Amino acid sequence: MKLLYFAWLKTKTGLAEENVTPPAGVATVGQLLSWLEGRGPNFADALSDRGAIRVAVNQAYAKPGDPIGPDDEVALFPPVTGG
Amino acid sequence: MIRVQQEDFDVGKELAKLTEGNQAIGGVAVFVGLVRDMAGGSGISAMTLEHYPAMTEKMLSEIEEEAKQRWPLEASLVIHRYGRLEPGDQIVMVAAASAHRQAAFEACEFLMDWLKTKAPFWKLEETDQGAQWVDARDSDDAAAARWVKRGPDAAE
Repeated sequence: MKLLYFAWLKTKTGLAEENVTPPAGVATVGQLLSWLEGRGPNFADALSDRGAIRVAVNQAYAKPGDPIGPDDEVALFPPVTGG
Repeated sequence: MIRVQQEDFDVGKELAKLTEGNQAIGGVAVFVGLVRDMAGGSGISAMTLEHYPAMTEKMLSEIEEEAKQRWPLEASLVIHRYGRLEPGDQIVMVAAASAHRQAAFEACEFLMDWLKTKAPFWKLEETDQGAQWVDARDSDDAAAARWVKRGPDAAE
């Protein structure tokens, strides 16, 4: 699974993108965030405010209950501020 | 038409191209967004717009398609820049052309309101206190929510 981080999520995690293989049982967006949160202090800090995190699966906005799979591109970012 | 680009654009030329050859167009509403030199009391020397290229194009196309479904548009255009911009620079241009002004005005507002809350762009401002990511504003969510359809046929 390919993960992308944008804006302050990139700054806090120190990563722009990475490939990960989450353990079996990580089947939804919400479960992925919980798993990521346990990967170390940077991730715990970056993901501490769930309300401030948007997730897109394959370039479409996703909700915590939406499914994810090994071939998906999952992006994590704060609420958008363009325009 | 959607364009996401680093370079500046010429509003006059873009409008001429948009309406060229289509005499069913009776009006064009245009919005051009510029970089301000102040935000929340802090001076801004520049800002950098980051985006998620694959999703940006997809979301902007979806938003434009939604506008075409809702209003009888003859033509529409969204240009959004990314990269480092300075106060006074153009960031975004939205134009909606229709036979009559009401559809053009409404579609132009809709395009901007949805773009601001859905298109994956983020502003990093260079202020007196250092570089700061801009926070999303509740007022932008409220503006976008005006256009959400209610009832059994709601799209969302």
